[in-house]
Amino acid sequence: MATTVAPQTILPADWRDFLALTKPSVMRLVVFTGLCGLLVAPGGINPVLGFTAILCIALAAGASGALNQWYESDIDALMKRTQKRPLPAGRMDRQSALHFGVGLSFFSVLLMGFATNWFAAAMLAGSILFYVMIYTVWLKPRTPQNIVIGGAAGAFPPLIGWIAATGHVSLLPVLLFLIIFLWTPPHFWALALWVRLDYAAAGIPMLPVVAGEPVTRRQIFLYSLPMAAAAVAPWPLGLAGALYGITAILLSAWFVYLAARVGARTSAEGDGMKPEKRLFAFSILYLFLLFGILVVDHWMMP
Amino acid sequence: MTPEEEKIVRARQKSRALVVALMLGAFVLLIYGISIAKIAGGS
Repeated sequence: MATTVAPQTILPADWRDFLALTKPSVMRLVVFTGLCGLLVAPGGINPVLGFTAILCIALAAGASGALNQWYESDIDALMKRTQKRPLPAGRMDRQSALHFGVGLSFFSVLLMGFATNWFAAAMLAGSILFYVMIYTVWLKPRTPQNIVIGGAAGAFPPLIGWIAATGHVSLLPVLLFLIIFLWTPPHFWALALWVRLDYAAAGIPMLPVVAGEPVTRRQIFLYSLPMAAAAVAPWPLGLAGALYGITAILLSAWFVYLAARVGARTSAEGDGMKPEKRLFAFSILYLFLLFGILVVDHWMMP
Repeated sequence: MTPEEEKIVRARQKSRALVVALMLGAFVLLIYGISIAKIAGGS
């Protein structure tokens, strides 16, 4: 996707623009869920090595964000939400973004390998490649289920955190992966319902654009059900205690209720899209609370 | 390049160099910490 929009001369970019390239707002959730995966892993990890592992996960997420923006700079220029990013706004040349993204990828993977173990490093490399190649390049422009696949990329951090601490995989980190994987579609489609005109303008086949609103609403509700099941599952399986189990039931019930309201509704002309915005806002809180309580519960478990 | 542009470029280069220097310093400390942790852990 070569762009020809580059003005004659672009001055060397400000360092803040490199920071913006890493999508710091996305990184917050990535760091948090990765940290939770690391903290609930058995055995415990040296704090310095644990810190390094989380740093590597954050850097890899930043690298993925930079490569994503490098590849999509022409599409980003068409959407209001993304127009002000460094590349479409012309504050940085594309080559700098590419070098930055590739360099950061190698750095994060190698550091992870040396500090923890090469299984975690391989998973980290896999998650970058998955996000950039499979999601950004291949599926995002082709299928309205793109966000489901993208959700898998965002679901890696707790799994990688766990592997960094233990060197192997077991059922709980896979469930954590599943929770985020199933959480992403309702979370993102709630947002897409009210910014869909943007995606339509950029030619990205987001579900509300391609399949229409009723289908999207139904899918939001349908995904929230297995998500709730995955969120509660650690309790009956004996992987988490009652504190987590009861909190997960309450939070998930509220999530499903909000998703059901979004699912049952049809928006009218001049609609404020309030239930959709509520679901979106709560979905972020939901993930933070669920993972936070899991860690607290883990510390309290005998 | 106009003198104004040159001024902006110099300022950006300076702040970028500063950020890189700070990150390199942090990286040295991190490698030190990792080394100590690895030695203490016996691996």
